[in-house]
Amino acid sequence: MQELWEGLVQAVKLVVSLDPEVIEISVRSLYVSAAAILIAAAICIPVGGLINFHDFRGKRVLINVIQTFYSLPTVVVGLFVFLFISRAGPLGGMGLLFTPGAIILGQVILIMPILTGMTISALSGVDRSIRDTALGAGASQSQAIWTIIKEARFAVVGAVILGFGRAISEVGAAMMLGGNIRGFTRVLTTAISLYTQEGELVLSLALGIILIGIATVINVVVNILLQRY
Amino acid sequence: MAFLKLVNLEQRAGDKFLLRNINLEIEKSELFVIIGPTGSGKTTLLRLIDLLDHPSSGNIYIDGLNATALKGDPIDMRRKMAIVFQKPVVFNGTVFENIAYPLKMRGLKTKEIKPRVHSLLDTIGLSGYGRRKARTLSGGEAQRVALARAVIADPELLLLDEPTANLDPHSVKLIEEMVKAFNKSRGVTVVMATHDMQQGQRLASRAGVLMQGELVQVGNPAAIFQSPDSARVAGFVGMQNVYRGRIVASESGIASVQVDESVIDVVSDLEVGKAVDVFVRPEDVVLSLSGTTGSARNKLQGVITAIHITGPLSMVIVDCGLVLEVLVTGKSVEEMGLKMGLEIFCSFKAAAVKVLPVK
Repeated sequence: MQELWEGLVQAVKLVVSLDPEVIEISVRSLYVSAAAILIAAAICIPVGGLINFHDFRGKRVLINVIQTFYSLPTVVVGLFVFLFISRAGPLGGMGLLFTPGAIILGQVILIMPILTGMTISALSGVDRSIRDTALGAGASQSQAIWTIIKEARFAVVGAVILGFGRAISEVGAAMMLGGNIRGFTRVLTTAISLYTQEGELVLSLALGIILIGIATVINVVVNILLQRY
Repeated sequence: MAFLKLVNLEQRAGDKFLLRNINLEIEKSELFVIIGPTGSGKTTLLRLIDLLDHPSSGNIYIDGLNATALKGDPIDMRRKMAIVFQKPVVFNGTVFENIAYPLKMRGLKTKEIKPRVHSLLDTIGLSGYGRRKARTLSGGEAQRVALARAVIADPELLLLDEPTANLDPHSVKLIEEMVKAFNKSRGVTVVMATHDMQQGQRLASRAGVLMQGELVQVGNPAAIFQSPDSARVAGFVGMQNVYRGRIVASESGIASVQVDESVIDVVSDLEVGKAVDVFVRPEDVVLSLSGTTGSARNKLQGVITAIHITGPLSMVIVDCGLVLEVLVTGKSVEEMGLKMGLEIFCSFKAAAVKVLPVK
């Protein structure tokens, strides 16, 4: 218990004193996961809209498949992307493996199902009368879809936060695709994993605190923004 | 040429007809009311006209153009129209944003939008409400916002789906006045659905009665009220004393109709044996204690079974074999000493009875 307490104090000191390595890893983690969520949101919110607003054969099956992939194991995503971007893979020529770009790609694939699925449920929760009113007021089909997404903004933003949380907290894909290279692809989760194995518990704890801190700050800020607008 | 023309319009859901064989022409700048009970297809019809749904068959012509034959998203056609639904719908945003919505969708700049929204806020009696969240408004206020949003882009055709149902009397009056004003000052063609016959009479010069998906009678609302075309319209417009019987005798334009045990004389050329519906308006029946009054051909003796007082008038229910509802003044009830169980004579002219053959 004593060890844990001392570790916590040391960790807080590391955070407060803006330790260069801690900062560097944190910023990279934020950058990688922010890029992943932005790319995923740009794809998944419109795709979710398209699936929700169009009736087609197999729609129910497709939604079920998407929901099944909510719990896609991160190592499976890591393996799948690895096969594609390793030298012998179809995208091997791009030289992506063991770069931050590879981690971003892995995280995008990881969070796409959850973001698409939750966008669909957010939009289907908006009353039909909103769509009719938008169309009746002279909106085009795409303007009406955008209006509905805005109506469901709480739920959609909730989905984005959840997706970001899954991206920044996953370790499997980041480890397999980034390789945990110091100063290049080391992110919070892979660093914590490594430092814990090496017995550097204080550093691990400091990074853990930052990870929780980032999640808290983002949640609070988004909630304030949503209440205001 | 009619501004809005519906030709053989039908809407089905599986085997069920929601609308059947609707044919209607509405002139430019007309205020037309569709009257019908709940579930008669009013909303379905308005949604078809607004091109929110596609009809199973038939055509809708708007300003001479066949709107049902348009390919793709008929946005240009939809932008000629605006709709207000029964349940007030506002977007999650400010009152200003809600009213400005149609103009924004048409790509207008804030500079052009602002004065138009503020002028409309004045019209709907909500000036100063622009920055308020629309979801915090009362039902009546929200519906006024919905109406302002509908008219801001100057539609040529305004569709209103029972916009005043479930609203307080003040909001009902305000919305009715606004609709009339928009119709008059801007020449907007208005098609309004309502289940309120009196509202129809207040607003429109022409009305159509929609029952079970069929347009059963079109005409002046007062005329529909006075002389419904069929038993179901009569029932809907609140006509009491509707009976089904059979003509048992006919002589020089006067027919006798057997209704249960009673016989009613009517003015009709229909032949003997024909099944008919007969209506007698409650205000056309005269009560007397002796049964000797006047020239009325129909005199039925009965017993008062109930007296309902509604304001200055009373509805007296008399069981004469068939049950007659009779409208008299409260004063008459008092002077004649009408009370339950009293024996009384009901008389009405043959000419006061409306007769319709059963189809």
